[in-house]
Amino acid sequence: MTQPPQPSDITPQAAYAQRRLWLQYMAAGGAGAALAAWGARSAFAALPPVARPGVLPPLPAQRSALPGAMVSEALTPYRDVSTYNNFYEFGTRKDDPAKHAHRMPTRPWTVQVDGLVHKPQTFDIDSLMRLSPMEERIYRMRCVEGWSMVIPWLGYSLSALISAVQPMGSAKYVEFVTLADPEVMPGLRSRVLRWPYREGLRLDEALHPLTLLSFGLYGEVLPNANGAPVRLVVPWKYGFKSAKSIVQIRFVEQQPRTAWNVSAPQEYGFYSNVNPQVAHPRWSQATERPIGQGGLTTRRQPTLMFNGYAEQVAHLYVGMDLKRFY
Amino acid sequence: MAMMMRALLWLAPGLPAALYWLWAVQDALGANPVEALLRALGEWSLVGLCLTLSVSPLAKWLRKPQLMVWRRRLGLWTFAYVLQHVAVYVVFDMPGLALVVNDVLQRPFIAVGLASALILGALAATSYQRARIHLGPQRWQRLHQGAYVAAALSMLHFYWMRSGKNDFADVWFYGLWLAVLVGWRLLRARG
Repeated sequence: MTQPPQPSDITPQAAYAQRRLWLQYMAAGGAGAALAAWGARSAFAALPPVARPGVLPPLPAQRSALPGAMVSEALTPYRDVSTYNNFYEFGTRKDDPAKHAHRMPTRPWTVQVDGLVHKPQTFDIDSLMRLSPMEERIYRMRCVEGWSMVIPWLGYSLSALISAVQPMGSAKYVEFVTLADPEVMPGLRSRVLRWPYREGLRLDEALHPLTLLSFGLYGEVLPNANGAPVRLVVPWKYGFKSAKSIVQIRFVEQQPRTAWNVSAPQEYGFYSNVNPQVAHPRWSQATERPIGQGGLTTRRQPTLMFNGYAEQVAHLYVGMDLKRFY
Repeated sequence: MAMMMRALLWLAPGLPAALYWLWAVQDALGANPVEALLRALGEWSLVGLCLTLSVSPLAKWLRKPQLMVWRRRLGLWTFAYVLQHVAVYVVFDMPGLALVVNDVLQRPFIAVGLASALILGALAATSYQRARIHLGPQRWQRLHQGAYVAAALSMLHFYWMRSGKNDFADVWFYGLWLAVLVGWRLLRARG
């Protein structure tokens, strides 16, 4: 009698589909790079790089050729980007990160990548920065609180790191664990969230080329307040999904328990895609206040589905009830 | 000279608002000027309310009845801050009736704040001597005890706003201040 095949012998359909998706993305990335090289001769070369504020060390990068990676709206000034944000480890007020984050050492820094991968590794931050060519991408950033920015990030698609560690077929989600050092982070005394701050993405979301592993902004390395030395940027999700100062990336089978979801599950779902039609239980998400676009009289503007990235990412959520999976 | 001094004293409570408006015009209120102005005017309204309610206990405690003129003065200033707070919300933060209505429906803490503003408006409208005579001292007194209701609603409004981030330090500060004032009144009413 022949042995029936073990469950582990069969590639699960989801994993199979995911692998195909991955190959597609890799191919798209290759095509994108070729396109960039071609485009660099004309259109892209004509665009001046975003001016550096001259505050932190420069981080050279090529302008990205990825579809959707270059929003053509006015940039939020560097000053506003680096002094008005949420990073609860340093306090819950918008000016707390800029006030306190300078005490956080960003060297030496390692990022441990483990879980369901064939090649678990601990990357030194400098080798991680050399893993793939740096790109400049201009993304919209929409905070769940109802304000938004346009930020020129530097980094590369997270998919480059994912392909380096080779996820197993059983890996369905990616979990991001961030620094929690009470010595330098006064906000950890508050119990507003459970520390360390954790975030997560479905593997196909993590593999999407727009999902950026970022090391800088405005032509320079990341300010500490914005999540130095390495952070995530997922432009179609509310800002809190983009974990800052990452120390560990784990590939897991179960949907990870994310910090905000644990703290207030009825208000913050795992997906947290920007969606003007799904209100936060305590406020509307239909409009947003753009930061740094003039003074008092700046009008609120309508919030876009998937923060304006529907064309690139809507296919990830086909058939999903986005009111239920908010 | 004495006239000048008196006028300056009258105008002094308007200084914080004047400074904030100046900074707003100069675009010196940081990344989110609407939020900064709205919150500053809101917090100064609360300070004004606490100060106004402190006048009478202070005058009695110090045995200086001449301080009582400050009660109406500060009360009116407080309402002026509340009006500016509401105006910034309606004109700059949520321009248009549709936005306001939608926002009030979604964020009940705003309805609570508006209720407090309406009460303070009624008190401001009946603050002058003729209204007092017209209403009769007892009814006037009862109506103006509504200041404590407005204070409680304002505290709820403030607490609710800050609870989003579990940031209660300032809520405790104003809450204790008002609790002491209410305690003082209750003790006096009994004694």
